[in-house]
Amino acid sequence: MTNQSTPNTAATRNVSASAEDAPMLLRYGRMLVADKTALVAAIFLMVMVLCAILGPMLLGDLATRQNLRGRNAPPFDISRGWAFVLGGDQLGRPLLARIIVASRNTLMVAAGAVAASLVIGTGLGLIAGYSRGRMSQIIPRLADVIMSFPSLLLAVIVLFMLEPAVGNIILVLAITRIPVYLRTARAEVLEIRERMFVQAALVMGASSRRIVLRHILPVVLPTLLTIATLDFAFVMLAESSLSFLGIGIQPPEITWGLMVSQGRPYLTNAWWLSFWPGLAIILTALSLNLLSNWLRVALDPQQNWRLEARRSNDA
Amino acid sequence: MPDPILEVRDLSVTFETARGPVRAVRNVNWHLARGEVLAILGESGSGKSVSASAVMDLIDIPPGRIDSGEILFEGRDLLKMSPKERRKINGPRIAMIFQDPLSHLNPVWTVGWQIEEAMVIHGTGRAEARSKMIELLGKVGLPNPAEAAAKYPHQFSGGQRQRVMIAMALALKPDVLIADEPTTALDVTVQAQILALLEDLQRETGMGLLIITHDLGVVAEIADRCIVMNKGEIVETGTPAQIHNDPQHPYTKKLIAAAPGKGQMSDGGDGRSLLLQMRGATKAYGDVAVLHGIDLDIHAGECVAVVGESGSGKSTVAKLITRLEPASGGTAMWKGEDLFTMPPRRLLEVRREVQMVFQDPTQSLNPRMSVQDIISEAWVIHPDILPRHRWRDRVAELLEQVGLEPDHAHRYPHQFSGGQRQRVAIARALALEPRLIICDEAVSALDVQVQAQVIRLLARLGRELNIAYLFIAHDLPVVRDFADSVVVMKLGRVVEQGPVRQIFDTPRQDYTRNLMAASLDPDPDVQAARRRQRQEMMA
Repeated sequence: MTNQSTPNTAATRNVSASAEDAPMLLRYGRMLVADKTALVAAIFLMVMVLCAILGPMLLGDLATRQNLRGRNAPPFDISRGWAFVLGGDQLGRPLLARIIVASRNTLMVAAGAVAASLVIGTGLGLIAGYSRGRMSQIIPRLADVIMSFPSLLLAVIVLFMLEPAVGNIILVLAITRIPVYLRTARAEVLEIRERMFVQAALVMGASSRRIVLRHILPVVLPTLLTIATLDFAFVMLAESSLSFLGIGIQPPEITWGLMVSQGRPYLTNAWWLSFWPGLAIILTALSLNLLSNWLRVALDPQQNWRLEARRSNDA
Repeated sequence: MPDPILEVRDLSVTFETARGPVRAVRNVNWHLARGEVLAILGESGSGKSVSASAVMDLIDIPPGRIDSGEILFEGRDLLKMSPKERRKINGPRIAMIFQDPLSHLNPVWTVGWQIEEAMVIHGTGRAEARSKMIELLGKVGLPNPAEAAAKYPHQFSGGQRQRVMIAMALALKPDVLIADEPTTALDVTVQAQILALLEDLQRETGMGLLIITHDLGVVAEIADRCIVMNKGEIVETGTPAQIHNDPQHPYTKKLIAAAPGKGQMSDGGDGRSLLLQMRGATKAYGDVAVLHGIDLDIHAGECVAVVGESGSGKSTVAKLITRLEPASGGTAMWKGEDLFTMPPRRLLEVRREVQMVFQDPTQSLNPRMSVQDIISEAWVIHPDILPRHRWRDRVAELLEQVGLEPDHAHRYPHQFSGGQRQRVAIARALALEPRLIICDEAVSALDVQVQAQVIRLLARLGRELNIAYLFIAHDLPVVRDFADSVVVMKLGRVVEQGPVRQIFDTPRQDYTRNLMAASLDPDPDVQAARRRQRQEMMA
């Protein structure tokens, strides 16, 4: 039996000879190159992040300069300059520049809210799922309370009391999304904690912290990351509905969601006002989704040979 | 010989997998006559179930593909029939029962309804189906058939569920019954009953019975003819006696030689120091007591086997010793201290010395950790055993000790076969240099040959490193070969305990005798003798 190697082990041995010794980062880099869609998604997201960092600095003036003669200027016409390639908005400001500038607030709010709810929700979920004590009773009830309270109402109350700044919007959005991660994490932990390898670690004398972080979290994380990427788009739209109610980001600050809702009255005669920022939201969400799909495979030792094998086939 | 009712000719099946096509069976030929019991014997991955799946149209196409061959049922080729025609044959004419009856019964319907439904689908009236169903449940030996019909699958024990499945399969009076590992999930005593039931029913109805199994004992007990399969090919055909006494093919020879229960029994070593002394251990979940005062001694370097049917509390004993579950009462003295009441800090030290190897290595190894990480985790938790710079060497050393290669350390569990994975689990247990290893059904998920290798490995390590084992098993031949002393448990109580020779040669309790008689021996002659003994006991 010792020498009975399945085709799987033989294949992996070939790959592992070249790949296993390479530094971690390089290995993941190679796996990313192997998956073309994920590579495109990663490049798109990197461009977006660059826009968010540099955009407001370079294009801040251009994006806020009003030009009433260019009101609702149609797209694909560069007679007014390259910035108008996607058209102009209701005050004649170039849409392309505005989308680039708006990426900072949008990504900051969405990333902040998703990251905060992911971290807090997962943490609470792990505790609720693993502890047998009172915490396992209290924490799920907490999630129930948040879930049963209309999130928009919560946002209105909080943002009415606090000023509608970026930080507070992140806070509100994060709170409303916590239960998603909390419940998923708890449900998964309840199942995984009964698995044999957890028992094996217990027999070895592993502490609860070690079991949760080393044995349970890595199994739960891919599911949660997938939810997080889906949530990213949801949060971007939730933020725009807050802005629409006038309690979100306040003009002249801009976000993609706000741009969509500002363009809404003009949908019949100037579709591009809402379309381009909407497209930006969709593409960002889609890219994240594709990338998380790749990440799920790349992080799973049982699956990542698919990526490595594809690379060596290409070579 | 009568004309075969079911014949498989020259069948080849290929499965497309992510790693290229796998030829699951190659040019397989067999035939089954009315009133005959044919066994297909093989280890996991031998393709023993594939031809039966082809008969029942259970192969998914794709990824599966039937390359060649024909399957003749009463002279007509099943593979050339329309799906509608095949549905008229599958069920009414050829029925099948499976290993795990729980997953093949629908949990939301009563079993009576499900059996009726099988008949109603094929055109029997409701009222008639109902009376027939109750008759069938009686026939398969369920007490109180009318009452049983109104119960749901979860309300039955494993053996009873298998009886329900058999009743369902027989509902339409099939000409052929295919049983895929019908008793693998069952206790030995229940296994003997189910096999006897199948045999009786087969004799009564004159159907052909095809049994797919990995167990030589099942073949010896029930089969008229036997086919041995290895790597998708039939290597040998013959009567069970021919196969057992005079195997021709090298593979069959190895398989027969690996069957447990033939080696020297241990005489036990006296005068070894006492390691663990358990007295009056009890365990209750709420009001339900599962252990009623267990006494158990384990000496250094000794292998104590715990045997008994499922529900006897064997695994609970292991959980108490490892403190995975708190005991409700009693003591377990480990080097002068009570394990059951030990404070956590002290417990951490004891956990170094008591390790566990679980039944299913696929589940007991974290799939996201490499073998290096899995084994060295022990030293992360107990940092004083080994300095970090020695970890790599020591992992290599341990892997060699359990018969693996040092460079396997980079691999992940899924890259090993079942037997290799169990070796990794053993290496992990050894990393802490334990005095006692608890093996909870540690070899029962493995194929016979691998099982023999793992047992030899455990025995060697026990001798070399003076490790004691608490060996929990339901497979008596393995226990006979490996254990020094045996504890027989029934319903949370110790029925009998003593040296292995005493328990196996001169059992004192009826329960132990029953257990021995029910266990299946690969030798058809021994098995025939046992069967007579069993019948005498019942009479």
